[in-house]
Amino acid sequence: MMHWIIAPVILPALLAPFIVLAARYHFAIQRVFSIAGVLSLIAISAGLAWQASDGTVTLYQLSDWAAPFGIVLVGDRLSTLMVLLTSVLALFVLLYAIGSNWDKRGWHFHALFQFQLMGIMGAFLTGDLFNLFVFFEVLLIASYGLMIHGGGNLRLRAGVQYVLFNLIGSTLFLFALGAIYAQTGTLNMADLAQRVALIDLGDTVGIRVAAVLLLLVFAIKAAIVPLHFWLPSSYAEAPAPVAALFAIMTKVGAYAIIRVYTMIFPPELAATDGLHSIWLMPAALVSLAIGMIGVLAAQKLDRLVAFSVIGSMGMVMVAISMFTPEGIAAALYYIVHSTLAAAALFLIADLVRTGRPSLALTAMAPASGAPLTSALFFLAAIAMAGLPPLSGFVGKLLILDASFDGAMAVWIWAVVLGTSLISVVGFSRAGATLFWKAKSIPVPEDAEPFPAPAALSYVAVGGLLALLVAHTVFAGPAYSYVERTAAQLFAPDPYISKVLETPGKLSSPTKEVY
Amino acid sequence: MGLELLVASAIGILTAAGMYLVLRLRTFPVIMGMSLLTYAVNVFLFASGRLTIGAPPILTDAARYTDPLPQALVLTAIVISFGMTAVVVMIGLGAYLGGDDDRVNDPAPETEAEETT
Repeated sequence: MMHWIIAPVILPALLAPFIVLAARYHFAIQRVFSIAGVLSLIAISAGLAWQASDGTVTLYQLSDWAAPFGIVLVGDRLSTLMVLLTSVLALFVLLYAIGSNWDKRGWHFHALFQFQLMGIMGAFLTGDLFNLFVFFEVLLIASYGLMIHGGGNLRLRAGVQYVLFNLIGSTLFLFALGAIYAQTGTLNMADLAQRVALIDLGDTVGIRVAAVLLLLVFAIKAAIVPLHFWLPSSYAEAPAPVAALFAIMTKVGAYAIIRVYTMIFPPELAATDGLHSIWLMPAALVSLAIGMIGVLAAQKLDRLVAFSVIGSMGMVMVAISMFTPEGIAAALYYIVHSTLAAAALFLIADLVRTGRPSLALTAMAPASGAPLTSALFFLAAIAMAGLPPLSGFVGKLLILDASFDGAMAVWIWAVVLGTSLISVVGFSRAGATLFWKAKSIPVPEDAEPFPAPAALSYVAVGGLLALLVAHTVFAGPAYSYVERTAAQLFAPDPYISKVLETPGKLSSPTKEVY
Repeated sequence: MGLELLVASAIGILTAAGMYLVLRLRTFPVIMGMSLLTYAVNVFLFASGRLTIGAPPILTDAARYTDPLPQALVLTAIVISFGMTAVVVMIGLGAYLGGDDDRVNDPAPETEAEETT
């Protein structure tokens, strides 16, 4: 059995305690190990993605116990793609945290960062719903520490909100798992996919409640209206590198929705009929609208970026809730784009903050490093608002194209195009106030000049933007890959048979001695 | 039948009381409410393997056994919720001592002049 697939979970899990125990007082060593760990994660996840690219489903049975009794990790195209995206994002976020000295403003940044990666990787790779819950908790408990990294009253208060909201989400998750287990007697996703389809239509009360509860839990994670209220404060008050890493956390919710609602509760399942089209789609459209209106209404740059994250999650969910192969493919293309663009914008907001007393969207005297920062903001805003030539435009085009034949086409086109206009206005207002109007404000003579951001910070942001450019230039290959990923999701039989039919301990009870 | 009624109403009462406290918007009642909700969900998980009295949670020659998996799930859930409660108490205390205010919701805009760095 090949053990590489568990490496993205094990490696950060070992690195984090090592950093706490052995390198507690040595920031240089912490940084070296953290970077080395993330670089090897990229190598490992690139290997896993390459292995899954031909459609192979890799199964890892922990301690060789067979599913559905044992715990399994499963790597298919979707999960390895998300793992690769996470590790690449982590590298640039880490470079920024080191360049801007964010990691020195509190204790244990690198250890918490590694634990966070462990939780995210595990959530993408697990093939078991209860383990999904456990990995959610791992990534959340690390994120609580990261969220309040550096302290400050506003940040602590936002942290309390964030923790409480997510605790309620976890409780709902457990209720959903209990209901699923009571009805089916299993929590393995592949096993569930088979058993849920067999339930008699008159006996589906428990499983329908569970399907809705699970959707609510994942919607909290993905910040879909009306469950988005935790996001603006948390992301705006979190340290910039942490907020940039959190850009992948909303995508964990989107991933879980894609996984569970294509495999366990597919659109053609009679018991959960209408859940996707009647409930999820309007909620997604409203999130898109609220997010982009929030961009226009925000009075501080960090809030503006946080609302643009809600808007882009709305866009992703619009594409997902079509639940067609084209829709999911467009959603996956847009997920990669919006993760990178949101992370870049959070980091740019921090670059702006280093040159100004506050992030309020009012004209202030020009800051050191402003020309380069404004150029980066210009690029990232184009990407996030979805203007040509960057990948946001391509992604939006794919989503519009995928919706063209659907019943909701008019609504989707109207909302997507209308909100695009609103977000363009919002971003250009922010850019004009922050950078353009600054020219007309004289620098006070007695003011101490702010230090310019470090070169490494610009490298990190530039790297993220370069990835966005690459995502645009290689949109053809990228789209054909996500198309194949979506095709794999809509033909789950190889996945299910791989998980359930691979032999392991307990799979042939006659040979076992109890 | 009597046992089912008892367990079901216990879950219901715990959840209702927990929800009420969570909506109080001050950290202490909200944390108490979260604890009640986690009690409720633990009992709920326990009941998801059906209620069996006086049977071991292990396969033996006897025909009757209790489903052992919910017990493992509950154990995990208890450990996690215990840790989470400790974390939220610490963060809540920090926010209260730092800001001299234990409200959970966002402060009014005019008090937002203080800037985090």
